[in-house]
Amino acid sequence: MSAAAAAELAANAIGRRVPTSVNGREAVSYRGVNGYRPEGHKAGPPIRSNRDYPTNGDKRVPDLETALRLCGVQDGMTISSHHHLRNGDTVALNALQIAARMGAKDLVWFPSASFPCHQPVIDLMQSGAVHHIEGSMNGPLGDYCSHGHMRGLGVLRSHGGRWQAVQDGEVHIDIAVIAAPTADFFGNADGSHGKSACGSLGFALADSVYADRVIVVTDNLVPFPCVPWQIQGNNVDYVVEVDSIGDPAKIVSGTTQITRSPDRLRISELVARFLRDSGIMREGFSFQAGAGGIALAFVDYLARMMKAAGIKASFVRGGSTKYLVDLLHEGLIGYILDGQTFDLDAVRSIGSDPRHVATSPFTSYNFHGKGNFASIVDAAVLGATEVDVQFNANVVTHSDGRLLHGIGGWQNCLFAGCTILAVPSFRDRIPVIVDEVTTVTGPGELIDVIATERGIAINPRRQDLLDAVKGKGLPIRPIEEIKAEVERICGGKPAKPRLTENPVAVVKWVDGTVLDTVWQVVDDNPYAPKAGGGE
Amino acid sequence: MPAAPVANPVHRGEAGRAGGDVRSDLHVGFEERVSGGIEVDLRSRVDLYYGDRIRRQVCEVLEALGIANGHIDIVDEGALPFVIAARVETAVRRAGLAAGKNAQPEALPPPPPSTKDRLRRSRLYLPGNEPKYFINAALHGPDAVILDLEDSVHFAEKDAARLLVRNALRAVDFGAAERMVRINQLPLGLADLEEIVQQAPDLILIPKVESPGQISDVVGAIESIANRRPIDRPIWLMPILESAHGIENAFAIATASDRIAALTIGLEDYTADLGVPKTAAGTESLYARMRVANAAHAAHVQAIDSVFGDVANSEGLLRWGEASRAMGFEGMGCIHPVQIDILHRAFAPTTSELEKALKIVAAYEEAQAQGLGVVSLGSKMIDAPVVQRALKLVARARQMGLAPAGEQS
Repeated sequence: MSAAAAAELAANAIGRRVPTSVNGREAVSYRGVNGYRPEGHKAGPPIRSNRDYPTNGDKRVPDLETALRLCGVQDGMTISSHHHLRNGDTVALNALQIAARMGAKDLVWFPSASFPCHQPVIDLMQSGAVHHIEGSMNGPLGDYCSHGHMRGLGVLRSHGGRWQAVQDGEVHIDIAVIAAPTADFFGNADGSHGKSACGSLGFALADSVYADRVIVVTDNLVPFPCVPWQIQGNNVDYVVEVDSIGDPAKIVSGTTQITRSPDRLRISELVARFLRDSGIMREGFSFQAGAGGIALAFVDYLARMMKAAGIKASFVRGGSTKYLVDLLHEGLIGYILDGQTFDLDAVRSIGSDPRHVATSPFTSYNFHGKGNFASIVDAAVLGATEVDVQFNANVVTHSDGRLLHGIGGWQNCLFAGCTILAVPSFRDRIPVIVDEVTTVTGPGELIDVIATERGIAINPRRQDLLDAVKGKGLPIRPIEEIKAEVERICGGKPAKPRLTENPVAVVKWVDGTVLDTVWQVVDDNPYAPKAGGGE
Repeated sequence: MPAAPVANPVHRGEAGRAGGDVRSDLHVGFEERVSGGIEVDLRSRVDLYYGDRIRRQVCEVLEALGIANGHIDIVDEGALPFVIAARVETAVRRAGLAAGKNAQPEALPPPPPSTKDRLRRSRLYLPGNEPKYFINAALHGPDAVILDLEDSVHFAEKDAARLLVRNALRAVDFGAAERMVRINQLPLGLADLEEIVQQAPDLILIPKVESPGQISDVVGAIESIANRRPIDRPIWLMPILESAHGIENAFAIATASDRIAALTIGLEDYTADLGVPKTAAGTESLYARMRVANAAHAAHVQAIDSVFGDVANSEGLLRWGEASRAMGFEGMGCIHPVQIDILHRAFAPTTSELEKALKIVAAYEEAQAQGLGVVSLGSKMIDAPVVQRALKLVARARQMGLAPAGEQS
């Protein structure tokens, strides 16, 4: 049973009941956007001295087990990993399994995201080797947690929130295991080259700087120096060479495809028209779009409108794909500031084009930074599983309460000048626009526009946007009207799935406060669609 | 609890589809029992949200069909209520039951009636047995949707598609789009008309027409259905000519009934009839298309072109559409929503055409106001047919939203 079953609950600033302690640590309830200011000093790793490291720079050890032993792996430690290898990753699981074989118990796994390939971590949780996961959970791991089988509370953080939790000492990483597509014996490492190339390694940067011990695992050891390097060897304790760090076919997709779904194309086109007609699309503007079907198609429509109007963007934040790379080459955008690299063209580009820049959650998202890139962006186009009439949105759970998806950079991107959620108004027969979202992942005050196939709803807080698009021929509608239409089509309001009173995970806001609780599910619908993988 | 005994002889029927790649549909298996009431066995993607409502709806549909006892097994992939009703009814009918009864969903308020000469630049084909395409079809802004019962429906599913289309005409909001149905060739098409006509679609497409007699048969069927229960709005007809024989009879067909609003051509079947490949240039069908355009204009009905099959080739579609307009056609069919806007561009007057026509219309209106019989623009006298063409073009452009509303429109 969940260790948190007895946790006390308190209502936070948006009326959501949240645990006041999380995995034995006091937790601050959400106080509103920018309602909380942590103080004190940032956490830091222990002081190391280079007298303890080989003067010839060669930090190689024979295998991961040796490295973990030398790192002093023991019960209760926190082991971290990054998710740049996505569903092709074999290193994180390998490290946990080896630690388990070495007899470690009650480990906390702190991935930047988990994927379906990590399903065997369930066995490690059942055997007691892993106590709980602090990171996104979906697919089988999500179901395991949703049914209350995990001993500790799951903690879902945004990419920026992960960095914040490390910096303010909420999470202390004992051992960071960094899968590296290219590295040298000193530990300099990079993701843009090698047979397992994944582009940026930005999600591993915090781990490399703040962990007590850092292990780099590579299947492409190059002579010193590994150039370029995104991970600095000066932060690395040990280097392990292996045959393979993962399945390249699952690390990046060969090609990313624009959706052919007419409804999704319509949503994408409406988003692009909104940016054009609201005046956000102007010389030197910037935007963020991911690699989902709608986002790719949106970029395609927007690019055509930019060409027609003779407008160039100064930079784009990605999720990079061939489509963004093409725009870079055509001169339609000045720079790609890349957090994740999704396909082969984008990996090649980040490895060769100086205007395609690898970024990290520190540059882009971190709450404890002195500013970040995400808030500089003019417009961010994001998805969601549910949106409510207060413009609150959910990305972490299905409407039935099961964990579905991680937060990724989603929360952090809400600080863009204009946040647009591009969503179908219903999926199958399940309304996306509802009275109240199952799990609040983003507060409505930061969500400006909901674009659906049945029209665009603008948050009444953004009178400026409402004014800007007036008379431009866009289908602007009140969100309640779209909701009512969807309920008519679907045959009434959907019933609310029953949930228990037992918290299984918490959703953190970008400042580390607790925004909402994920509750253990009661009903199991074996015919429900299976959740996919992802951050 | 032991299952109630099945009827003897056994009445059993199945309908619909379910499975991994199926969306917005369901599979229904029905078996009549002699006692025990209705037993619903439901597996649904949306069970948690709508499970109770689905069970209730199924019972209501069965009651309307006069079924008191039976076992019904449903695998549901998120189908909407109008689809559930159609599939259950189809399964019961396939079991040989429910004669003379039906379970029609509640009808939405009817849209305004259609007019004979309304815009028909684009008509979006919707395969009649694929419910997932129905619900959002109008959002893409076609001038018409065609619920197709003919070529896109497998022969074994004609009965199912008929009920699905009937329910869609009642329960799906097709917005401003004209609601068209393509029936099968007679005599199969007669069964289609029995289900469809009472729902008052705006227009019925009649496939593979070769002689005026076929039009009379359809008109006769429509009128006899309308005699049983009057239909208070027009149902227009659009014959499709798809053979050399049909092309030769184009004018006689176009004038076979006052209900005919447009004449169109099916190039796939026509080129097959000629035994020649259908090419992108379309040289092989040039004569037929010109013949259709001419016959339609002679009969004072719209000339409508075929479809353009290569969805990815938007340039080719635009060129074809522009050439089509130049030949006197006013619209085409679409097999994917991305073709709609392209066709609307292709069938719009060019800017210079419109500017010129607006000037002529202004001159005409001025001449009318001054009581002059002769219209002149500058020093040039404008011939009457030129004035007529300009008036027509401006009127169309206004319908397309391309020209400001005039004083006399």
